Amino acid sequence: MAGAAPYSDERAREIIAAHMSLEGPALPILHALQAEFGHVPESAVKEMAQALNISRAEMHGVVTFYHDFHTSPHGRHTLKICRAESCQSMGAEKQANDFLARHKLEWGQTTPDGSLTVEPVYCLGLCAHSPAALYDNEPVGVVDGETLDAFVEEAKGK
Amino acid sequence: MTKIYIPLDMAAVAMGADRLAVAVAKEAAARGQQVEIVRNGSRGMLWLEPLIEVETPAGRVGYGPAKVKDVASLFDAGFLTGGAHALNIGVVDEHPWMKRQNRVTFVRCGVIDPLSVPEYEAHDGFKGLKRAFEIGAPAVVEEVTKSGLRGRGGAGFPTGIKWKTVADCAPGQKYVVVNADEGDSGTFADRMIMEGDPLSLIEGMAICGYAVGASKGYVYLRSEYPVVVKVFQAAIEKAHEAGWLGKNIKGSGFDFDVELRIGAGAYVCGEETSLLESLEGKRGIVRAKPPLPAHVGLFGKPTVINNVLSMATVPMILEKGAKHYADLGVGRSRGTMPLQIAGNVKFGGLFETDFGIPLGVIVNDIAGGTRTGRPVKAVQVGGPLGAYVPVSLFDLPIDYEAFAAKDSLIGHGGLVVFDDTADMLWMARFGMEFCAIESCGKCTPCRIGSTRGVETIDKIRNGQDVEKNIELLKDLCHTMKFGSLCALGGFAPYPVESALRHFPEDFRKPALEAAE
Ligand SMILES: Cc1cc2nc3c(=O)[nH]c(=O)nc-3n(C[C@H](O)[C@H](O)[C@H](O)COP(=O)(O)O)c2cc1C
Ligand code: SF4
Ligand code: FES
Repeated sequence: MAGAAPYSDERAREIIAAHMSLEGPALPILHALQAEFGHVPESAVKEMAQALNISRAEMHGVVTFYHDFHTSPHGRHTLKICRAESCQSMGAEKQANDFLARHKLEWGQTTPDGSLTVEPVYCLGLCAHSPAALYDNEPVGVVDGETLDAFVEEAKGK
Repeated sequence: MTKIYIPLDMAAVAMGADRLAVAVAKEAAARGQQVEIVRNGSRGMLWLEPLIEVETPAGRVGYGPAKVKDVASLFDAGFLTGGAHALNIGVVDEHPWMKRQNRVTFVRCGVIDPLSVPEYEAHDGFKGLKRAFEIGAPAVVEEVTKSGLRGRGGAGFPTGIKWKTVADCAPGQKYVVVNADEGDSGTFADRMIMEGDPLSLIEGMAICGYAVGASKGYVYLRSEYPVVVKVFQAAIEKAHEAGWLGKNIKGSGFDFDVELRIGAGAYVCGEETSLLESLEGKRGIVRAKPPLPAHVGLFGKPTVINNVLSMATVPMILEKGAKHYADLGVGRSRGTMPLQIAGNVKFGGLFETDFGIPLGVIVNDIAGGTRTGRPVKAVQVGGPLGAYVPVSLFDLPIDYEAFAAKDSLIGHGGLVVFDDTADMLWMARFGMEFCAIESCGKCTPCRIGSTRGVETIDKIRNGQDVEKNIELLKDLCHTMKFGSLCALGGFAPYPVESALRHFPEDFRKPALEAAE
C-alpha cells in the first residue's frame, strides 16, 4: 500500500494544487502526499508552507503533531498492533512484546529488508475481537503470535 | 434468486467476511444457484461474525460465525432455504440477543443495504428530514430539545441547547461538524453506524443544518477506519444522486453538502476544539472555552459539533416525535444507549437498550461473562478516561448521574471487561502513559503530570516507598483533575484513582512479595 513513487517537487506541487480549493486543505494534502510518496519529505513540507502561506516551522509543527505522518520513508508495508485496553484484556501486551522480541524489533521500527514497519495503535474499533491488528488496510481480529509472524513473511519480497 | 447478506462491517471483515463473500459467490456459481449477495452492516452480534443471513419465507436465517471452509457444507445442508447446520442460529430477529434490545439508533443497521437509498426510504429513511421541512427550523430545534437527547460523545450535553445556540446566532456562514474520531478503546458504535446505516448520519446532519441555518457539514473521521472511508464516501454520492444532498433538497429551498475529512492518528483530536483546529489544518491543540464552538467554531463561524450517534438519532426523533424518545430511559438519561461490549467477554457486540439497565446484567448475562472463563475482576466503562468498576458495583444502572455519583462515567458507552488476571497497577500505568503519549501539550498538569505519573507508578511497582508514592500519585491526580484545560488531562485520573480505590492490593504487591 505504501506509495513508492520517487519524490519530485513538481509532483508535490501538483498534488498540493489539486487540493487548494478545499477549506483547510492541510490534512487532505498531507494524506495525499503520503499516499503518493510513502512519506512526507522535508521538501514537500517546504512546498506546502509556501502554498499555504505559512512559515516552514509552522508547517513542520503540523506534520509532526500527528502520529500518522512521517518525514522519512517507512517499510513497504505497515503492521499496526493494537495496544489499547480492550486488546490488553486479552493479553495483547505480552503477545506484542514476544512478537517484537522474536523479530528483534522495537515499536516503530522497520525490518532490515525494508519490507515491514511495526507500529502501535490505540484501538481499531475491533474490540469485540481483541486482540486486533491492521496490516496495511486489512483488519484482523483475534490475532495470535502466528498471525503476526505470517504478516512478516507475507511482507517479504513484496 | 436468493438474497444472501454478508456484512461489510470492519469487524466482520477482520474475521474473514470479504473472503467469505467471494467463496459463497464462487460456490453458488459452481452449483448453478442463483444468489444475490448484499453486503450489509453488522447486526451487532459480533461474536457470530461473519454472520451470513439468508432470506427465506420464514424470515432471515443466520449462520455464523462462518468461515470459508464452511461454505461447501452450508450449501450441502441447503442453507439457501434455511437448512439445518451446526452454524444455524435460527431467524436472526428472533435471537435472544436481538429480542432483548430496543433498537432505535441502530434499527436499520445490519438490516438494509447501507448504500441503497430506496431501501433506506423503505425503512422510514428521510421521513425525519421531510417532517423537518414541514414544521420549520425553530420547531425542529424545539423537538430535539424536548426529546431529552444528550450528546453521545461522552459529556452528555443536551443536544437541543447546543443547536439553539447556533440557530440564534446571526444568519451567515455556519457549520455542522460531526465528531467521528471515536478513539476510545471498547467503542465501535460510530464505526458500525457509518458502515451499516450511513444515510442516517447524513440525514441527521441535513436536519441539523436546516435547523440552525448551515449549508455545509463536515465529518471528521479517524484514520484507523479504512472501511468507513469507502462506505461513507459512497453514501454521500448516493445521497447526492437521489437529491437528498446538494442544492434545493427535494424542492425545500434548502442547500446542504457533506464532506468527509480524515484525521491523522491523534486521540486528542476527538476533543471538539482540537478537532476544529485539525479541520482547519493546524496542530490539534485544544482551544480555551469560551468562546464556545457554537459561537466561534470552525473558521471562526458558529458551529454545531456533535457525535455520530447523537446526529444519527435525530432523524428518528423527528420522524416519531420528541415524546416517543423522551418516554424511554431513566431520570435525566432519556432514550436509548448503544452499549459496546468488548474485551474479555464471550458475547461481544453492540447492544442498544433503554438507559437504566444494571451493569452486572450486561456483563454476566448479556455478555455471558469472560471469554477466558475466569471470574470478572473489573469493567472499564467509558474508554481510556473512564473508571475501572469492580464487581461490587454491578448494581449500578447505566445512567449518567448514577455513574457520576460513583466517580465513574458512561462516556460513549463502551464496556471493556477484564478477568482476575488483570493487573490494575499496570492498567493505571497504561492510563497515564496513554495520556502522556496523546497530550496536546497545551497545559502543564496534563503534559508533565502524566509523565510524572508513569514514573511514580513505576516506583510503586518497584516497591520503592510505596505508601509515600501512592500519596504522591493521588496528589498528582488531584492536580491533573482540577488544573487541566480539557478532559484528556482532567479525566486521565479516573482510571488511576478507581484502580487505587477498588484494587488497593494490586498497588502493594511488590512490597508484599519483598516481605515474603
Ligand atoms: C480527549 C477527548 C477525546 C474525545 N473524543 C471524542 C470522540 O472520539 N468522539 C466524540 O464524539 N466526542 C469525543 N470527545 C467529546 C467531544 O469533545 C465533544 O464533547 C463531543 O463531540 C460533542 O458531541 P455530543 O454533544 O454529540 O456528545 C472527546 C473529548 C475529549 C476531551
Ligand atoms: S488537558 Fe492535556 S490535552 Fe487537554 S488541553 Fe491540556 S495538555 Fe492539551
Ligand atoms: S482496544 Fe484494540 S481494537 Fe479496540
